[in-house]
Amino acid sequence: MSYIRPKFRHPGLPKNELGYTIDHYEGSLSTLCAGCGHDSISAGIVQACYELNIEPHKVAKLSGIGCSSKTPAYFLVNSHGFNSVHGRMPSVATGANLANRDLMYFGVSGDGDSASIGMGQFVHVIRRNLKMVYIVMNNGCYGLTKGQDSATADEGSKNKAGSVNHFGAIDLSSLAIELGATFVAQSFSGDKTQLVPLIKAAMKHNGFAFINVISPCVTFNNNVGSTKSYDYVREHVEATSTVDFVPEMKTITTSYEEGTVKGVKMHDGSVIQLHKLAPEWDPQDRLSAINAVQHAKAKGEILTGLLYINEESKNLHDLMGSTNIPLNTLPESVLCPGSEKLKDVNAGLR
Amino acid sequence: MAGRTGNSKVNDFVVRFANVNGTGSASANFLFTKSIFRMGIPVTPKNIFPSNIQGLPTWYEVRVSEKGYLGRREGIDLVVAVNPQSMKGDVASVMPGGYFLYDSSKMLHAEYIRSDINYIGIPLMEMCNKEFTDPRQRQLFKNIVYVGALAALLDIELGVFEQLFKEQFAGKEKLVAPNMKALNMGVDYVKANFKCPLDIRLERRDLLKDAILVDGNSACGLGAVYAGATVVAWYPITPSTSVAEAFDNYASEFRIDKETGKKNYAIVQAEDELAAMGMVIGAGWNGARSFTATSGPGVSLMNEFLGLAYFAEIPAVLIDVQRTGPSTGMPTRTQQSDIMEAAYASHGDTKHVLLFPSTPKECFDMTADAFDLAEELQTPIMLMTDLDLGMNDHVSPPFEWDDKRVYKRGKVLNAEELDKIERFGRYLDKDGDGIPYRTLPGTHPTKGAFVTRGTSRDEYAVYTEDGDAYARNMDRLIKKWHTAKDMVPAPQIYQKKNESSSGIIFFGTSTYAAEEAMDILKEKKVSVDALRLKSFPFNKTVEAFINSHDRIFVVEQNRDAQLRSLMMIELGTDANKLIPVLNYNGMPITADNIIKQVLGVLSPAPQLKKVS
Repeated sequence: MSYIRPKFRHPGLPKNELGYTIDHYEGSLSTLCAGCGHDSISAGIVQACYELNIEPHKVAKLSGIGCSSKTPAYFLVNSHGFNSVHGRMPSVATGANLANRDLMYFGVSGDGDSASIGMGQFVHVIRRNLKMVYIVMNNGCYGLTKGQDSATADEGSKNKAGSVNHFGAIDLSSLAIELGATFVAQSFSGDKTQLVPLIKAAMKHNGFAFINVISPCVTFNNNVGSTKSYDYVREHVEATSTVDFVPEMKTITTSYEEGTVKGVKMHDGSVIQLHKLAPEWDPQDRLSAINAVQHAKAKGEILTGLLYINEESKNLHDLMGSTNIPLNTLPESVLCPGSEKLKDVNAGLR
Repeated sequence: MAGRTGNSKVNDFVVRFANVNGTGSASANFLFTKSIFRMGIPVTPKNIFPSNIQGLPTWYEVRVSEKGYLGRREGIDLVVAVNPQSMKGDVASVMPGGYFLYDSSKMLHAEYIRSDINYIGIPLMEMCNKEFTDPRQRQLFKNIVYVGALAALLDIELGVFEQLFKEQFAGKEKLVAPNMKALNMGVDYVKANFKCPLDIRLERRDLLKDAILVDGNSACGLGAVYAGATVVAWYPITPSTSVAEAFDNYASEFRIDKETGKKNYAIVQAEDELAAMGMVIGAGWNGARSFTATSGPGVSLMNEFLGLAYFAEIPAVLIDVQRTGPSTGMPTRTQQSDIMEAAYASHGDTKHVLLFPSTPKECFDMTADAFDLAEELQTPIMLMTDLDLGMNDHVSPPFEWDDKRVYKRGKVLNAEELDKIERFGRYLDKDGDGIPYRTLPGTHPTKGAFVTRGTSRDEYAVYTEDGDAYARNMDRLIKKWHTAKDMVPAPQIYQKKNESSSGIIFFGTSTYAAEEAMDILKEKKVSVDALRLKSFPFNKTVEAFINSHDRIFVVEQNRDAQLRSLMMIELGTDANKLIPVLNYNGMPITADNIIKQVLGVLSPAPQLKKVS
């Protein structure tokens, strides 16, 4: 963005439990267009990490290629980042996570990166239930190459050049639920109140936590006739619930009307409080989640909020039976069987 | 029987088995090989198999060589023909005076009768149908009966088989007796009907000392366990699949935590080769030793990631078990045809370090070396093996590990070291060797973090489109390349000083045949100096060898003389000086082939002139 961020910070900025103010979680200056939805999502990640008292250097942030994939540079400057190749972030994140299960992994991708060139990897990282937060900044177009339709552009949506998309849209959230994803949420970059608690909940999930965030492209897909413009999305958003994320051991301060509150307890003891707006929907039931998404779609609405969660999910390491100790810290004494064992191997080959 | 010219051939012949795949012949054939190995005689089997699971012809060729030549040899002394599908070719493949062993349960068709070879008919099917009731047993024991026949014909010690059965069926001892029975059925039949042993036969020797019999892929998998690989990502492809399987087997033996029962390694079967390489790079970036194993088609798909790893400087190990290309090619045949693809994999200016093992022991050693090199050089290292080395059993020196050896983890800064640095620069050349320092995620709360990227950046890993900064980085990468030349394994030179104006360079599985060819050329008074290449980039020794000879034969198993091209590109060697010696029909190269091609250029005449 073409502005200079002031270095000045108010000396009275509140500190989190680690003693960090929020600017400790920021990144370098964004070079995305002014008003880009992606910057709001980066700000949401910053806010969530600050509020959850995360040590930034214990986070790894990975991305593919595209406007969305530039954002890891714009949040958590003290975290290692990996801006990899187009559509292949899931595999890089998989390898990174296998090497060190103690870090928290943020994967940032776009609709081109995940729904087209990277569809294969997106699908398979879901199958493996890799423990990571996977955010798709979904704007329905290829921003960095000047606005071509992407695979998530809705049929009939009109782009800036005036051409109408004739192809069916890939609905990443429905697909993720269908594939057995264990945490699926949908949000809108313009709704920080909803997005931040969703990111926090995703960070606590023991498995693949997917958040599909509609994030309008102000430059190429914010026109009349586009179904991914700010105006269109604001008018068509319907939330499953309002979401509060309650970290472990905290008392719940928000009060909701009796009968509409659902608490989902995460594996570390924290709780997602859902103030349900859709009474027939149960976020722990896949069929009900698919129904809710499809019903909203049929009505031309975009359902946001937590869609589905399996809070007892087992991540890839659990499934493979790998050690609790990060593999990248195992000493040579554990890794190398030594010469005596090799004598036995040799003897077996004679 | 047809008469055989020449002397009897003790410990020097080739037996070929013609089977149908999926009939259990592989284990019987291996039993044959192993029995010769146990008698202390150099033996080399080649499995010539189809890209198919059941029903197509498959051959298993066993060369026995008292002199220790382990390359393939043309000319079959004895064929065991139990596949009617391939009978015509199998009859034709026998050398004059050789033997044709067949199942005489049905009469041999007249068109298969040659007057210049000997026929050994054994009613295999008939005998097994009489002795065994279970159809699967009939099939399996038929294989054991022909091994028994060979034992008598070639003079293999029966005690060796009994011991092998005991080892094979440890825990299932009741299987030993029926196997020995089937074996003896073969022995008894040929002893009763033919003069045993034949003029081709075996005599116990003690030539193998402490050698082992193993395939290269197992050696690579074991080497990776020893080298401390913890993350393995792979996609099934012949002929590399058994590398990952071997790693998994050895790791499940050596890498299970005794207290928790959990694995001190992670192995993932990826969705494709792209993802496999991505996982390796993610793990390498995060400080774990990681590798993948694949073949040419997989390397094609991994090109994108190899470019990233080269440019972003991430350690990775790739074991390329080469097969016959291009495209799907002949998936179950051998070749050394990924050399160019691997050396310059990916778009843009790239160069990659290659290692060329030629024995299973070298597969083990060089796999371990590859992990050191990958972390020291922060770049992908490709181990260029092939189907012949990877999937066939080879007599090899035993594996060795020096317990004093320490993994070379390269330039990785820890938190204390970062504290002493004013500003960390990921791509600064602090030591003047082109190799920068790196940091791992999670090391320090405020220092050492950076964004790894495939886009251009400055010395501090900050994105830039400044052409000078880009060029500085590319120049540093070349400096690193020159540094690598002194780190990669040096070539093997076969003579103390030059003895000829001609040299020959070979690598990988051409080595067996080339060494045999050298001996035979020496007998013919043709002198050629020899060098075995072990790595790319070429170091000074290779360059000096090429420069100090008038002509260099470059032996390789591909059509386009790819290694020769690398010499021209990297060393600027005159194309006319480099004479290609090629073999690319998918079968391992033979000494005869090399000799023919070398003598086509170098007739022994100049040597004779000197004498006169």
